[in-house]
This record gives sequence, C-alpha cells and structure tokens, in this order.
Amino acid sequence: MSDTAQQTAGKAGAPQPWQTGQGGVGGVLMRVLRVLGRQREATVFVIAVALFAYFWIDQGSSFFSKSNQVLLWSDFTTPIIIIALGEVFLLICGEIDLSVGFVVGFAPFFMHYLTDFYGVPGLLAIFCALLLGLAVGWVNGFFTVTIGVPSFITTLGTGFILMGLIDTTSHDQPAAVPEDVLGIGKWINNYAWAPIIWAVILTAIFHVVLTRTRWGLHTVSVGGNLLGAREAGIGVGRIKYGNFMVTGLLGAFVGLQQMYYTNNIAPTAGSYQYMFYAVTAAVIGGTAMLGGVGTIIGAFFGAVVLGILLDGFPLIGVSADPLYIIFGGAILVSMVANVQLARLRERGQR
Amino acid sequence: MTPATQPGQPEPANAGGDILRCEHIAKNYGAVTALTDVNLRLERGEVLGLIGDNGAGKSTLLKILCGFQPPSSGRIFLEGREVALKSVDHARSLGIDAVYQDLALVNQLTVFQNMFLNREKVRWPLVRNGAMRKEAREHLDEMGVQIPSVNSPVAMLSGGQRQAVAVARSVFSNPKILLLDEPLAAMGVKEGAIILDLITRLKHEGNVSIIIIAHNYAQVLEVCDRVNMIQGGKITLDKRADETSADELTEMVVAEYRRALEERQRSA
Repeated sequence: MSDTAQQTAGKAGAPQPWQTGQGGVGGVLMRVLRVLGRQREATVFVIAVALFAYFWIDQGSSFFSKSNQVLLWSDFTTPIIIIALGEVFLLICGEIDLSVGFVVGFAPFFMHYLTDFYGVPGLLAIFCALLLGLAVGWVNGFFTVTIGVPSFITTLGTGFILMGLIDTTSHDQPAAVPEDVLGIGKWINNYAWAPIIWAVILTAIFHVVLTRTRWGLHTVSVGGNLLGAREAGIGVGRIKYGNFMVTGLLGAFVGLQQMYYTNNIAPTAGSYQYMFYAVTAAVIGGTAMLGGVGTIIGAFFGAVVLGILLDGFPLIGVSADPLYIIFGGAILVSMVANVQLARLRERGQR
Repeated sequence: MTPATQPGQPEPANAGGDILRCEHIAKNYGAVTALTDVNLRLERGEVLGLIGDNGAGKSTLLKILCGFQPPSSGRIFLEGREVALKSVDHARSLGIDAVYQDLALVNQLTVFQNMFLNREKVRWPLVRNGAMRKEAREHLDEMGVQIPSVNSPVAMLSGGQRQAVAVARSVFSNPKILLLDEPLAAMGVKEGAIILDLITRLKHEGNVSIIIIAHNYAQVLEVCDRVNMIQGGKITLDKRADETSADELTEMVVAEYRRALEERQRSA
C-alpha cells in the first residue's frame, strides 16, 4: 500500500478515543504507539535501532569497530536484504521461492565452469551466471503459472535439483575464483562496504518499483485480488513470471557477491538458510504471507534485525548452539509486536 | 407469452441503430453447456436488462461480451462489424467495458489507484499519483459519487461506495458499451439507490449503451428500456420495459422451475 495513502488515512477523520491526548505515562505511550502505528515499517525500524543500541552499549568497541560493522552489514545483512527484495515481491503476489538460496550457490560454480572449462571470457561468464538466475526464475514461473503447481512445491523441487547439481558438479569441493573475473569484482565487492551499498541502492530501487510503478501496483493487485486483476486485464502470469525471474537474478547476484567477499566458491554457500532468513526478514518487516500486502523498507529493516542478532549474539558470548533458540524466540517476539501494532493501527484508521 | 420480437431469430444485418449484436452464441465448459443459442441486440444509448435465474448463463454471456472468455461458437457484431474479442484489453480498446459481480477492486489499493488500475497515468517509469488523484476526484464528483477520500484504501468503503467506484471506473475511459453484472447484489435500498441514480445519470447523458445483469426485477425495470430474459442458455423473452412487469418476469422463472419439477417427477 502506498505510504501517502496510509499517512492520509491516519490523519483523516475524527480523533479516535485512544488518540486523544490523555496525560501521564499512558498518554505518552499512546502517542509513541500512534507514531509507530502510522507506518508499517516503523515497528521493525525501532526494533532494529534498539537492538543496535543494546549491543553497542553492552559491547562497546568490539561491536562498533569497523571490522565488526563490516561483518554485520556486508556479510550478515546484505545477502538477506537482497534476497528479501525478491521474496517480498513474490509474497505480495501470492507466491514464494524456496530455491533462491541454491541459485546463490550454483551461480558462481556455473561461472567457474564456463571460464575455466570452456574458456568463456570473464565478463561474459558473469553475465551468463546472472542469466542462469533469470532462467531458474523462469522455470519456477513455468511450473507455477503455466503448469499450475503451487510455488511452494515447484521451488522445493527446483531447489533440490540445484542442490544436487552443485554437489554433483563440484564433487563437494570448493573452487578458487577464476583469475579472469577478479577485475570485475572491484565493481561488485572488493570495497568492504560495497555489498551493503549495493543492498541500499537496490532497496531504494525496489521500494520505488513497488510503490510508484505499474509493475508494483499490479503485483499488489495480483496478490490482493487475483481474479479482479485478471478481469482488469492485468497480465497475471507475466507479473508472476517476472517476479520469479527477478528473484532468481537477485540470487545469482548475491552468489557472485559472496564469491568475491569470501574469495572462494563454496558448495555450501546460500542454501535454505539464506532463503529462510530472507522470508523471515520480509515477514518481520510486515509482508503478509497471504498476499497483497508488503513493504520493501520493512523487509530491509527486518534483514537488519536478523543481521544484528547474527552478529551480536556471538559477541555477548552466546555460542552457535543456543543461538537459534534465541533467534527463533526473537522472531516470534518481533512478530507478535508487529501484529499487535498492526491491530492498533487498523483501529486508529477506522 | 407474446414476445415483442421473435426470440431465437437473429435480426437482419445492420438492423436499426444496434451497437452490439450477438448471433447464435453458445458456450460449453467441457460437457457442461452454459449457453445454447443466444441472440441478443443492444441499441445505441439503450439500457438493456438481462435477467434470469441463477445458473441461466447471464454471467457467462457477460464474460464473453467483455472478452474475458471466447464463445464456443457464434458471432458478435459491434456497430455492424463482426469482431472476435481476444481479451479484456482488446474488448476495452473497442469500447466495451464491464463491472463484474466481484467488482475487480483491489482492497489493498486506494480508491484512485483502483480507478486507474491497469490504465495508470505514467511518466516512465513512475506512475503520476498527483494527476491520477486529481482526475479521480474530479470524475467522482462529476458523477455524484460520495466517498470519504480518493486516498482511502478501498477496503474501508461500504458496499454501495465500492460498487459506485467500480462503475465510475468503467465509465472513466468513455466506453461505448458498459456491462454491469449484478450491480445491486447484496446492497441495501439506500445503497442501491446510489447505483440506480448513477445508471440513470449515464442514460440521460446518452453516450453509453448499457447491459445490466440482475435478478431483482423491480429495480431493473426502473432503469431499463428493454428486458431480455435468459433461461437455459437461451433468450426466451425480449420486451420493452414498459410492456412487462416484475410479476410477469417472476412468473416466467417460476413456470420454468415447475416444468423442470414436473419432468423430474414424471421420469421418477
């Protein structure tokens, strides 16, 4: 939904009982909630800021040092953000892509095979790796839209196929980044902050696409009222195909980024973990699993929340084993907070 | 029954000022036959009521006329020229627009975004929200449609307001033919009056010919010039609205039901 619409809806109409200024702590709390409630993204933004502040205060320079901040933003957060951009569009139009994590893993291998075994020039091989992402997205679209298999099943299948392809062709062994493509890495990832800068730029672009272009409005329409969108003459299949393909492309891009960042092509890169993090980020950020509703900015901050948790917990001495317990709990807590605030927001608008 | 024209017989080519004419339209969904042989004409500037019981084939016919689905057989003439409606967009480009029973509104989008759905004003690559908002507001005011704000999400409107927005949206592109599928369904008297007023207003302006699908005969007769009844996938009655009554129309449907009942009892 457009931001302006929500703002106007929030401002319009007579003040609701809970909006009228009551003094004391309750009044202040209500005012804060009102500000938060106006924007779907605000809740998760506040959670992200609070977590950041907590780890900064608690851990000081070991959290705020440049090396840790690069780790936090470029290593943990960036891949989640970029994949979440695609997943948000898919979730809004009523689909999901479980396979994108394996596109992350397979794209660099594909490029490596092309350059090292078939002598394809580096730039062309990079281009082909990105095309591979588009192609996987097309296949997902084909089975989902044209054949009619639910996307959960389609992408479960294509995900396993890609996983098998990675393991079979790589013999479970990592590979070195081909020399031919090292130069191009400067544009994608050599600078420590490069990944997060890419992520921020892509977020801005996807936000504008979602809220201010026909593609975005039609994506919302397809998820919000599939039959209605079709009756309005919207190419429903085209929208879904397109969003699957964009998600695949983003997956391939993240794969190449990870390759440059780690200076290694690993068969374990990506996988289901990236996809689940991305979907979690989208959902924490306010994207409904039922379609029609979602925000890019929310998903961005959702990814930041996950990134801070992934980075921060080991710093405060929580080892990898119980990390996921806390992680799952944090997801549930932030979700509950989000759902409750959404209810308050709806009440305030009516 | 004394129909004004012979139902079942196609009119001679280019009869009168017909803007739309259908000849022998049939539609099968696999083994199920929805329309057997529909012959229908719509005069320029006329409001035609298409009535019939549930499952008679009203909505199927409408979906064929608006290009949503092709007929299994039969021919459609638009202003005397035969046309094959390939898609909703194609029909719309020829000046045929429809308001569906489910309204095709997207709850998550605002009123103005819905009004411009799939015909957004664009300064590439962005949509022009300001211009669309302004035009939507002017257009709704012009048509006398009362809504809180064009920025409201459609989910927050009442049933009548939603229907009014859907009708206003269809009139937006200056269609020659407007197809309304059950515009008064599930609506209170006051809400229904909003829509009837809107249709009356369009009729007086005279730029658009309208087919209204309905099963509330009294309300339809109020705004229609002519009524066609569809029964068992065929037009079984074609009369001027002032030559028939809600009672007669109801009686026809009930008679059909009784016949079917008797047949069933006889075969049992």
